[in-house]
Amino acid sequence: MKRKIVYPGQMLSENEKQAGTGTYVHEGKVYSLFYGVANDKNRVTVVPFSGKYIPSPRDYVIGYVIEVTSSNWIFDIGSPYDGLLHVSEYPKRVDSSMMRKEIGIGDCAILRIKDVNTSMKVELSMKDRGLRRLDEGRIIDVSTTKVPRIIGHNGSMVSMLKKESNCDIFIGQNGRIWLKGKDEDMNRLTQAIEIIENKSHTSGLTNHISAFLRYEESDEIEEKEKPVPFTSSKKDYTEDACRKVDVLLSDEDEN
Amino acid sequence: MSDKPERFIDDEGLRLDGRRVDEIRPMKVEMGVLSRADGSCYLEWGNNKVLAAVYGPRELHPRRMQKPNEVLVRYKYNMASFSVEDRIRPGPSRRSTEISKVSGEAFEPVVMTQYYPGAVIDVFAEVLQADAGTRTAAINAATLALADAGIPMKGLVSACAVGKVDGQLVLDLNKPEDNYGQADLPVAMTQDGEITLLQMDGHLTPEELEEGLEMVKKGCQQILEIQREALVSRYGNEDEEAEEESPEEVPESEEEEEEEERDDSFDNEESEAENADENDVTEEDEGEEDERQ
Repeated sequence: MKRKIVYPGQMLSENEKQAGTGTYVHEGKVYSLFYGVANDKNRVTVVPFSGKYIPSPRDYVIGYVIEVTSSNWIFDIGSPYDGLLHVSEYPKRVDSSMMRKEIGIGDCAILRIKDVNTSMKVELSMKDRGLRRLDEGRIIDVSTTKVPRIIGHNGSMVSMLKKESNCDIFIGQNGRIWLKGKDEDMNRLTQAIEIIENKSHTSGLTNHISAFLRYEESDEIEEKEKPVPFTSSKKDYTEDACRKVDVLLSDEDEN
Repeated sequence: MSDKPERFIDDEGLRLDGRRVDEIRPMKVEMGVLSRADGSCYLEWGNNKVLAAVYGPRELHPRRMQKPNEVLVRYKYNMASFSVEDRIRPGPSRRSTEISKVSGEAFEPVVMTQYYPGAVIDVFAEVLQADAGTRTAAINAATLALADAGIPMKGLVSACAVGKVDGQLVLDLNKPEDNYGQADLPVAMTQDGEITLLQMDGHLTPEELEEGLEMVKKGCQQILEIQREALVSRYGNEDEEAEEESPEEVPESEEEEEEEERDDSFDNEESEAENADENDVTEEDEGEEDERQ
């Protein structure tokens, strides 16, 4: 598996059958559409470094209400297009006059995208399990292209984050992340997610973050004795371990 | 403002700033300089200093400007009042409106407009210091800002000017050459050499125009190389990058991962029994996602 940084218009393959997402075909050759990381397994795909969230059906998103009409809540879902939640998609029957009491302007909710039509009218639903109004915790914004990285391989990163931070986490596809836990736990987790966002293209990140979350915890206890050597020695250890783990992981991938 | 020099090219074939006739000025690029913009680029080209910012795709107001099937690329070129020796009046002028229009159109063939129907991509090109060739510098910066913003494009646009001084064609005019030269021909082109912008000030014969376009093509290729370098080197060495990428970011498995995450987060609130059918749903979903890909 080869990965490399590509720019828009870079030729990726001479075989047009290899064209995957984030590419286009011109005169039988495959070119990149984005500035991002190219991946050629059997098809060439390009994952952009940045970009806005474009709604797609069945995605889970976190939105906040910007307007309430007689039959719809209009949600900002962090994309160029606003989402509409019709009263009939709310888990219980609500009278038009009571809509603002249920979810008022500025309130947040976990929603699922029911449908997106060709003119990008986004219909939302709250009738699925797990979809609800968010009354506590906090929401942080990340780039939508980094969402897969924060979730990790088969959810490895997010389950680690949950375990190490003692926080409840929900990651929306639109790059909004909801956290709930103790204030200090949430602060640490926010920092951890910032690191993931900035270092998403480096290796062994899961271990690095795990160490980050754990060592800061133990730092509080051992800080007075030897703060500097403690962190640095641990860092060496994790980087080495990461590399080994990565080798193992990539072997598994090939099999 | 300097007076007109007696000669633009000396006996050794060197220009006023010591360049050869087919040489461009040194260019320096820095990307991602603005934290609030979706994409940004700061570019120095000789004594030109240009800042480009891209916002979007975002909702377009007024709605009557929306295009139902494609995204609108709105380009705004502006010169800061302090960018030239004699302060210029701030705000839009005849000149900046014209440059905004043609520069925006220079990106039309490369930006994949059908991806974001009804939205707008705002490009702002701010000239902080001007020294001839600001519209081409702005286009070069804007291309990188667009790439930085994750806008899908068929390729990069590079722009360069060619002109005539002392009856001789020269690449990438500097200020005195631009002010007192006989012609100025700014050109923007894609990597395939497809011209997306061409303007002319002054007089050139058809033969000179053709020769000038050949020169400018070579100039644009050099600029494209600088742009490429800026993009590729931004996240460290390319080769190292390839090795160090962890397998966790495999796009094919993204969808599965997301489903996993959903399972996890719902487990917290839901009973075990319900978890079973959540798994069923997950499998269905995966199938559908595959079809979509």
